[in-house]
Amino acid sequence: MPAEMMTGNLAAAWGARLADVDYVPAFPITPQTEIVEALSKWCDSGELSARFVTLDSEHSMMTAAGAASATGARVFTATSSQGLLHAFEVLYTVAGWRVPFVLVNVSRALASPITLEPDHNDVLAARDSGFLQIHTETCQEVLDSVLMAYRIAEDPRVCLPVMVNLDGFYLSFTREPVVVPEPDAVRAFLPPYRPPHLGFRASAPHALGTAVFGGSVYSYFRHQMQLASMNGLHVHEEAAVEFERLCGRRYGLVEGYRLDDAEDVLVMTNAFASKGKAAVDTARAEGRRVGLLRLRVIRPWPAEAIRRALQGRRAVAVLDQNLAPGQGGILFQEIAACLYHEARRPRALCSFIGGLGGKNISEGEFRAIFEQTADAGVRGAGLGPVLLYTEGEQREMEQLQYLAHDLKTDG
Amino acid sequence: MAWEPHIFKELHQIPREEHVFPGTPLCAGCGGLESLRLASKVLGSRVVYINAAGCFTNLASFPFTPLDASWLYTTMGSAPAGAQGVRDALDVLIAKRRLPKDEDVKVVVLGGDGSTYDMALSSTSGAVTRKLDFYYFCYDNEAYGNTGVQLSPATPYGARTTTSPCSVQHPAGAIQEKKDIFEIWRAHKPPYMATVSPRYPLDLEEKFARAADHPGPKLFLAFAACPTGWLFDPAYTPDVARLAVECGIWPLKEAINGDVTHTYIPRRRPVEEYLKLQGRFRHLFEPARQEEAIRHIQARVDAYWQQVNA
Repeated sequence: MPAEMMTGNLAAAWGARLADVDYVPAFPITPQTEIVEALSKWCDSGELSARFVTLDSEHSMMTAAGAASATGARVFTATSSQGLLHAFEVLYTVAGWRVPFVLVNVSRALASPITLEPDHNDVLAARDSGFLQIHTETCQEVLDSVLMAYRIAEDPRVCLPVMVNLDGFYLSFTREPVVVPEPDAVRAFLPPYRPPHLGFRASAPHALGTAVFGGSVYSYFRHQMQLASMNGLHVHEEAAVEFERLCGRRYGLVEGYRLDDAEDVLVMTNAFASKGKAAVDTARAEGRRVGLLRLRVIRPWPAEAIRRALQGRRAVAVLDQNLAPGQGGILFQEIAACLYHEARRPRALCSFIGGLGGKNISEGEFRAIFEQTADAGVRGAGLGPVLLYTEGEQREMEQLQYLAHDLKTDG
Repeated sequence: MAWEPHIFKELHQIPREEHVFPGTPLCAGCGGLESLRLASKVLGSRVVYINAAGCFTNLASFPFTPLDASWLYTTMGSAPAGAQGVRDALDVLIAKRRLPKDEDVKVVVLGGDGSTYDMALSSTSGAVTRKLDFYYFCYDNEAYGNTGVQLSPATPYGARTTTSPCSVQHPAGAIQEKKDIFEIWRAHKPPYMATVSPRYPLDLEEKFARAADHPGPKLFLAFAACPTGWLFDPAYTPDVARLAVECGIWPLKEAINGDVTHTYIPRRRPVEEYLKLQGRFRHLFEPARQEEAIRHIQARVDAYWQQVNA
């Protein structure tokens, strides 16, 4: 099938359409809105046999999504940034219901200051909610991951909602060639949603989301979520094999780029990984033996795959496109934790913070990252968190500060 | 012309079948539970209750439930959105023939006043605007009861709660007036809405029966006398519920497509009789009578009924 040019947002909507979802509760937020606009149009035209409802907030939207999924419908919804945070308590609530719907998050940096362009503080804030998380790099991967997400979520060994993440602007509004899978292949990959344990039927009343009293009952249900989420690693691999058989594309828990003989490895996620790969090519051309590891499945945490990819390296740099103020990079912490017991762990771990609010990461910055990481590896001493900011950006910021402050007080 | 019940004219017409069984974890003498028990006699068991955080959340505590209907606990702010998701999914599954029509259930939101008057206003307004076919049952005990009786927007002037104490600055306790949630709902023009009290069971049953003829949002505000929060002996729950109506404090009414009818016109005993039964108002009488506060409460009630009779 020939590829069509489409945005990441439209690819996400196509994923929901091919999954033949029953219900789309929606709420607009930039840069996600194009997804629900496309689905609204298709529901209206009958191209998608689903009910589309605009709720009064993301908090309501996420509640409706979970409730419809608990009733037995296949549900898709999407949000971004402030919307994800507005729905935050519901994320935990519906994950506890163990309802397998798919949520697309289009990453956008969080207020304050309020802005539109991406980083991953929104999606990573939800990392402990119980949702599985798949982070994507290309528009094709967005579509394919939505389909894989349904298969993983609905697997009886998992039964948890899945979040598919794509970067606002860089992917949401970027048109790339996307192969839309054949509906027959999708049907073979994704059987109809007929959950035996969910649904509200007159003949079989049951209670869901009931209160519990006492830590032992609570812990039992929470432990179940942990075990189910960890099952997601194996279920993802099964789904990946089957998806490749039917659609010809293979996705791993992580993706290695030019790792084979790499001394130093840069770890990234999402669309900026494309910049990272280009930087690896440039560095390779200059004689550096570097590679890139892109994290794709972040919940469950693929510790074994990460260890395999990073063991024996001289140094590893984690480029976090997020910031935990007072700590540093979120993913750096998790990478460091899972390498601790690795006998052949890298001699140095370096933490870089970049791309906040969609800020570019320039070739010069990548070069500096590779140089400092190599140096750290040689010295056997870690580095960071390093906050990436160029001299040019600093000059530009000073100009703005002059306009905001000095101009006024002088005049 | 006086409002007359069409279906429930005699007490023996109320179904004997129970759908809320004894042995719940709620407080003895809970007036809200009594309203729910009576409501369920008309609603039946082919129901899914969508619960918001509040006292009633304790009803279904694993592995027990006193209901013979289904249950979904949501959050404090989004039970109507949960109702939306369930109702929409049921409709879709029935339309796609994945659920037999005779498996359909009524969708009933169960929320307290804390949720109903404040946090769930957005999701309620949304659901009513979308003309969602559901029941909203609010048990109004005029405070955040489950957390130990704090001021809620439903708390009336003069009531003492743990966060509106009777103090030197505020000798009357709560200085706010109870939010008029009935009028907020009515502005949305739902097809059916009503206030009910469990001490007027025929009025209550009649309203639930009539509501069934109105597809769309059906809103019920149930008076929930609260011995624990209002500080009276549970034995007096029926008296408190009756006096609230007889003193004119809790008007029994319905609104069909926004048109209001008072379903019972009380002879209006002095509000003091109602206030004196409850510890939450005791400071209005002891150690010294707060004449101005008592007069204020009476004047508000008088003004309401003047406007009704105008």
